[in-house]
Amino acid sequence: MNKANTIAPASTGGEVKVSIRNLYKIFGDNPQAHIDNVRNGMGKTELLEKHAHVLGLQDINVDIPARKLQVIMGLSGSGKSTLIRHINRLIDPTAGEVIVDGENVLEFDQKRLMDFRRHKTSMVFQRFGLFPHRTVEENVAYGLTVQGINKKKATEASRRWTEKVGLAGYEDSYPNQLSGGMQQRVGLARALATDAEILLMDEAFSALDPLIRTDMQNLLLELQTDLNKTIIFITHDLDEALKLADRLVILKDGAVIQQGEPQHILLHPNDPYIEDFVADINRARVLRVRSVMEPLEGPATAEQAAQIEAKDHLIDHDDTLEEVIARSRGEVDRDYLVLKNGQLVGNLHMEDVVRALVPRIPENEDDEEVKKTEAA
Amino acid sequence: MEFLDEFPTMGRSDLRDLKKSIDGGFREFSRTYGEGLENFFDPLLHFLVWFERLLVNTPWPIVLGAIAALVWFGARSVTMVIATIVCFMVIGYLDMWEDTMATLAIVSVATIICIAIGLPVGILMARSNKFQAAITPVLDVMQTIPSFVYLIPVVMLLGIGKVPGLIAVCIYALPPMARLTNLGIRLVDKEVLEAATAFGADYKQKLFGVQIPLALPTIFAGVNQTIMMALSMVVIASLIGVAGLGVPVLRAVSNQYLALGLMNGLAIVALAIIFDRVSQRFGRRMQSHREEGAGH
Repeated sequence: MNKANTIAPASTGGEVKVSIRNLYKIFGDNPQAHIDNVRNGMGKTELLEKHAHVLGLQDINVDIPARKLQVIMGLSGSGKSTLIRHINRLIDPTAGEVIVDGENVLEFDQKRLMDFRRHKTSMVFQRFGLFPHRTVEENVAYGLTVQGINKKKATEASRRWTEKVGLAGYEDSYPNQLSGGMQQRVGLARALATDAEILLMDEAFSALDPLIRTDMQNLLLELQTDLNKTIIFITHDLDEALKLADRLVILKDGAVIQQGEPQHILLHPNDPYIEDFVADINRARVLRVRSVMEPLEGPATAEQAAQIEAKDHLIDHDDTLEEVIARSRGEVDRDYLVLKNGQLVGNLHMEDVVRALVPRIPENEDDEEVKKTEAA
Repeated sequence: MEFLDEFPTMGRSDLRDLKKSIDGGFREFSRTYGEGLENFFDPLLHFLVWFERLLVNTPWPIVLGAIAALVWFGARSVTMVIATIVCFMVIGYLDMWEDTMATLAIVSVATIICIAIGLPVGILMARSNKFQAAITPVLDVMQTIPSFVYLIPVVMLLGIGKVPGLIAVCIYALPPMARLTNLGIRLVDKEVLEAATAFGADYKQKLFGVQIPLALPTIFAGVNQTIMMALSMVVIASLIGVAGLGVPVLRAVSNQYLALGLMNGLAIVALAIIFDRVSQRFGRRMQSHREEGAGH
């Protein structure tokens, strides 16, 4: 749970691993014929009704930072699974670019592409995609076998990763002898065993029971603290997205409607669709101090220094609001000093904490609320 | 009025000329290439003769032991082995041993040929929709055209004997092999295949590492069907000189020998059942990972 959620917003830079530029995907008999219409603003419904083509993705621009966990979220039909398959070209786009480490993946020939898939990316699937005729050990070693690595090394790596995902002792089982959660651990181990820098996870935990899903999320976060891979994680579940994401992209009808730091999206949703999404979230558990504090510049004043010295009303920038509220014991008029690695970075007003707990309510609904109260 | 009463035909003399020219053309073809084709099939004939002699000339206890061992290897069932031995003992006791061995030889060779051709054809059909569309009607013709019709050109080309008989059997028995291989590969779970692609597997790695292993139960159903159909062709093949259990059946039909027909017919049935059970169990056993039950 305690994840170092320290990424800066994308706009401030940091190394970009995967860059998706002006990406369009149209499904149908002759997609190229309609790309100009779509570029000129023809919508999904119109394209379907007039030309019987389905608009999968429209004008996607996303920069995915290196060694971070990028979540792409959307409901079913939003194009998220289509989007992730463009990164390793399981699907070819109608127009646009996918640039990985400065190279356009779409310009790769078959051989180059195969090489790219073997060494640069690996993938975890919603329904696991395990090979039913291979044992756990052979499944985990699959990526290495395909690379042509000798059997001894592959087996060794396979055993190591099987143990890391907590399946030691199951090496000789077949996938259908395992439960869903265990099968997806095999899927994860198989993806990690090739040491690829980019890990693509397509609704990897969506098919699992809630408790097992939480286990798997924790396992992923735990592994990520050591591995620091560039993870691209697809989900339709906002709780999962907020728990995992360093950075979040929200898709709707094949278009990006908002992207950035999850905390920022939660506090400043720019679309009614996202507002609906975030309305049901337990905000106290998700929001962190740094998102609602008043940042302080410059060195601490003497008074603040004394307060820090006395360890009086101090709080960490990465604590959740829930933790702050628990610690305040109902005091709402106090301020806290916010520390990051022992340094003073901000001032937290309890008033702001309370305000942040309520989602932004649209104006007109607000009026109705008032009227109802008056009538009562 | 005459136009409506009778279907307009192309005219008796024209039709006769057409048939004549086809017959003439084919006769010409068989005169030119018949010998070449016969030479081409010569190794096959030698192999078939050698295999048949091996089965007939080897002392019967050894052959029976080898058959029992094969059944055990395929089915891993004591009941099956005992049933097989009893069947063959009865067959031998009723003086059908040599004919049974001849039939066994031609069915085995026909099955091997059908697998050798049908498997790659099925694989290509699964790979290319165009190839599938082109080959499917050919398979339909092979399966439904009355065998006597294609016996005519085969006999014209190669005369009477074992090889034309073998070809006739193969034409009939090959389609299920190709069809079921194609079907099996196409039915492989798309997500499993996508996973292989995502890890950078090439066509060969996907075919031999994922598609064929997962299609094996269906492919084995194809092998099973091929064996059954080859056996069912034995009587017809005996018409053009293939030795085996079909010959006495044919004699029984023309002379109304009920007992002879019945005994040899039942021997064919016994062979069919043994082949069927053993190949099915073998196919199932190769898929052990499916049977051990899901989840704990």
